Amino acid sequence: MGFIGAKVSSMSDKGLKTIGEGFLLDMCEGVGHAILKALQSIGALCLFIGKSVMHVFMPPWYPRLIARQFIDIGYYSLPVVGMTAIFTGMVLALQSYTGFTRFNAESAIAGVVALSVTRELAPVLAGLMVAGRIGASIAAEIGTMRVTEQIDALTTLSVNPYKYLIVPRIIAGTLMLPALVLIADIIGIYGGYIVSIYTLGFSEGSYLTQTWNILEPNDVISGLVKASVFGFIVTMMGCYHGFNSGRGAQGVGAATTYAVVSASILILVFNFLLTKVFFS
Amino acid sequence: MNAEKQMATTPKITMRDVKKSFGDKKVLDGISLTVAPGESLVIIGGSGSGKSVTLKCILGLIKPDSGSIMIDGKETTGYSSAERDAMMGKFGMLFQGAALFDSLRVWQNVAFGLIQGRKMDKDQAHEIALQKLSQVGLGRHVGDLYPAELSGGMQKRVGLARAIATNPEIIFFDEPTTGLDPIMADVINDLIVDCVKDLGATALSITHDMASARKIADHVAMIYEGRIIWYGKVSDLDHSDNPYVDQFIHGRADGPITKNATFKAA
Repeated sequence: MGFIGAKVSSMSDKGLKTIGEGFLLDMCEGVGHAILKALQSIGALCLFIGKSVMHVFMPPWYPRLIARQFIDIGYYSLPVVGMTAIFTGMVLALQSYTGFTRFNAESAIAGVVALSVTRELAPVLAGLMVAGRIGASIAAEIGTMRVTEQIDALTTLSVNPYKYLIVPRIIAGTLMLPALVLIADIIGIYGGYIVSIYTLGFSEGSYLTQTWNILEPNDVISGLVKASVFGFIVTMMGCYHGFNSGRGAQGVGAATTYAVVSASILILVFNFLLTKVFFS
Repeated sequence: MNAEKQMATTPKITMRDVKKSFGDKKVLDGISLTVAPGESLVIIGGSGSGKSVTLKCILGLIKPDSGSIMIDGKETTGYSSAERDAMMGKFGMLFQGAALFDSLRVWQNVAFGLIQGRKMDKDQAHEIALQKLSQVGLGRHVGDLYPAELSGGMQKRVGLARAIATNPEIIFFDEPTTGLDPIMADVINDLIVDCVKDLGATALSITHDMASARKIADHVAMIYEGRIIWYGKVSDLDHSDNPYVDQFIHGRADGPITKNATFKAA
């Protein structure tokens, strides 16, 4: 009796063990596949970036296309970036006023507005707005060209698609975003100025002097460097996801989403990293 | 004398044992074929048989896993991107969906390879573009339209004009008649025959349209499951003694090629 019982229990133990092992193996396999896939796409992205950057420095260039992208990415983004900057500056002045009156520190408002806008808000918000505006349109345009074989057509007509499609966009993005952010700096500080003078009753002269006294070249320059990196990220993500777009309308839609989401997240990550490098 | 003979017999395109897989799926399983200068070869085969991938491998748009592809006797599989760009100067290609650049006018599309690829003067390229457009039966006014304003048949003609604009030595046609009505399809076939003859070019087409294949081919190769299963003159097509070819050219659902499409319960 006892013998049979022992045998039965050892059998069921073995059964349980194999089920457990199978489950563990499945789980490991799933995790492994996910990691391999992630590494693979990171590798593909790095190769793509390397190839694109290499083509930036190799002739031939297409000056007309670059000029066109300067206008598309720079000039036509002005309204969006300007609106973002002015309202951000205004809100910043209002909010810091409600906070700072508690400590009788109203005089610090000009400095808070100037530093926040130039160091953080102008580059990050401009980067995010441009990611939505430009990153999406780049991914959709290049993705549609991929799906309709226009990129293959470029190749067969002896035109390198990296040089023709990608290089003008990353050059324009990297150079134009700092310009946009410089304008956003001015507009943002002006937004804070308007609110401080017209609703909070500050004197014009002292506000501007305070702003001028607290700002150092590095505050602005660090913001512009960030902007340049963000411009590169936005255009690169748009190009990468568009270039590797899946088939059909769904593929292009997905490429657009990936472009905006990945650019936005990378902007926030790199903002932290660059801030760490500049200010610590 | 000997060198001359050698030149004359060097095939334009040679593929030897070309293999390509996407993931686990074997698409090309050892393709070998040669196309002689001035010859028009048509590759026939069903959807998903590997026709398009074969074409894209020759063009270098897809890198084969193994095997050799030679153009004018020169191995191309190891080409750098600059060498490849240069090689493309010999090629013209008509894409299945025409693949016209929708941001450019029709004439700019046709002149694209001349202006961007060969750095030709714009006015001169414009003239050549209009001349090529008239060769495919399109008037001057069409040149100023945008591709989206044209019908499918006209887009194909513009695509053809763009493919021949640089007077290429080798022209590729990817399903040239797909999506066209039978009359327009025949017009395109005639244009292809005329253009190829006119340029003295070598042509490689892929299609599943037998009427088109019979019209434009000198030789026909049939591809099935990533392999060439039949090769011969177009006149031998009807007595090939090959059950696959027979089934394909008569368009029968029953035969050795199965599509696994049935409403009946297994």
